Amino acid sequence: MIFKYLFYLLIFPGFLFVSVFGMIVGWVDRKVSARVQFRVGPPFFQNFYDIFKLWGKEVILVKNSPYFIFVIAPIIAFASVLITSTLVGTAFFFNLGIGGDLIFIIYLMIIYSVALILGASSTGNIYSSIGAGREMKLLLSDELAFILVILVPIIHAGYKIDLIQILDYQQVNGMIIGSASGIIAFIVGIICLQAKMAMVPFDIPEAETEIIEGTLIEYSGPLLAFWKLSHFMMYVFMPLLLVILFWGGISFASIGSIIAGVLKYLLIVVIMILIKNTNPRVRIDTAIIFFWKYASPLALIAVILAILGA
Amino acid sequence: MSLYNKIIKKSIWVFHASASPCNNCDIEILDLITPGYDIERFGIKLVGSVRHADVLLVTGIVSHKVAPRIKQLYEQAPKPVFVVGIGTCTIGGATFKQSYNRAGAPLDKIIPVNAFIPGCPPKPEAMIDGIVKLLGTLK
Repeated sequence: MIFKYLFYLLIFPGFLFVSVFGMIVGWVDRKVSARVQFRVGPPFFQNFYDIFKLWGKEVILVKNSPYFIFVIAPIIAFASVLITSTLVGTAFFFNLGIGGDLIFIIYLMIIYSVALILGASSTGNIYSSIGAGREMKLLLSDELAFILVILVPIIHAGYKIDLIQILDYQQVNGMIIGSASGIIAFIVGIICLQAKMAMVPFDIPEAETEIIEGTLIEYSGPLLAFWKLSHFMMYVFMPLLLVILFWGGISFASIGSIIAGVLKYLLIVVIMILIKNTNPRVRIDTAIIFFWKYASPLALIAVILAILGA
Repeated sequence: MSLYNKIIKKSIWVFHASASPCNNCDIEILDLITPGYDIERFGIKLVGSVRHADVLLVTGIVSHKVAPRIKQLYEQAPKPVFVVGIGTCTIGGATFKQSYNRAGAPLDKIIPVNAFIPGCPPKPEAMIDGIVKLLGTLK
């Protein structure tokens, strides 16, 4: 029994699968970005080389800073991302889950951001502190919209908070994205994922050209590899979560349905990459105004529509 | 050749340190990441923080004010790290040879340097060639 859970956590929907697949999707991101800019782009194994190289570099701890938080923050973030991807993966591939896993997933996603804020502010670097402050503001702005988005499938499924029950509901009654509230919530959800993953319109915390990777500026070697790996793993479970919540997951009944499931995932990833490549970075006040004035009310309308049954 | 050296050749993150240059070499370095040359296809990436760097690209005559700072920058980089001096300025001072503010020495008197790429400024092709030759010396 315990070996089965360890298998889930470490091998199939967990660590090995998600990290390898995440690095491949990260390569797709870099390659598509390069093609959009008329460049050639990196080779297929580039992200594997990068992570492997970071494992052999020196770790530099900042003098007069709390080392413990600095070292433990990337590990906490990695663990929370690993557990989230295992939960989403088991629901997606094996139709298994624990009770109330959606609430658990929302909490774990916040823990990733909190660990990032703690790790960045422990160094005492000015750019790092700016990045931590921006990450906190971004978390405050996108969290409400994201929770409202997640509420829509919960209401549709008859106030059930398990991924499995939402999937079961969609198998009987059709996909949630087919309803008016579903499509609104799905669009807001993609924008929220963009902010959660700190991709370009909302890459305010780690703006490379402005505050030089902000939150990650003092990290080097294996600790940086943990952050990079967590980010690659988010490429896998964030779109999968949207597929489960709104698009009915995947069914292994026939080859056609498996291909359809993969295409749903790829479509969301490509939409996110194209949003990333066609938008400039917004300022932090613009991001807060966008989420609180436009995205959250839109998600609230979707919730009201869902309660009314549309 | 060890496995680690084999991998690090394919993933070089470059930090651009300007030690009082005339900005000419810096503009040529920025040319490297444009679509015309696209060094990302070799896995080379410009990073903003010296903590992430594998190679320091140093440009310019090293002035008295910058010399201690470039030494500090080298100490802050996680090892193994390589240093490449870009442009004739890092070797002999080029046009600014007689300048009162030059620290009076080529770059390798201040920090250990793995390769020099001469030129005023060197062409992007010459820089790619220099970095590839530097990586060829890795055993």
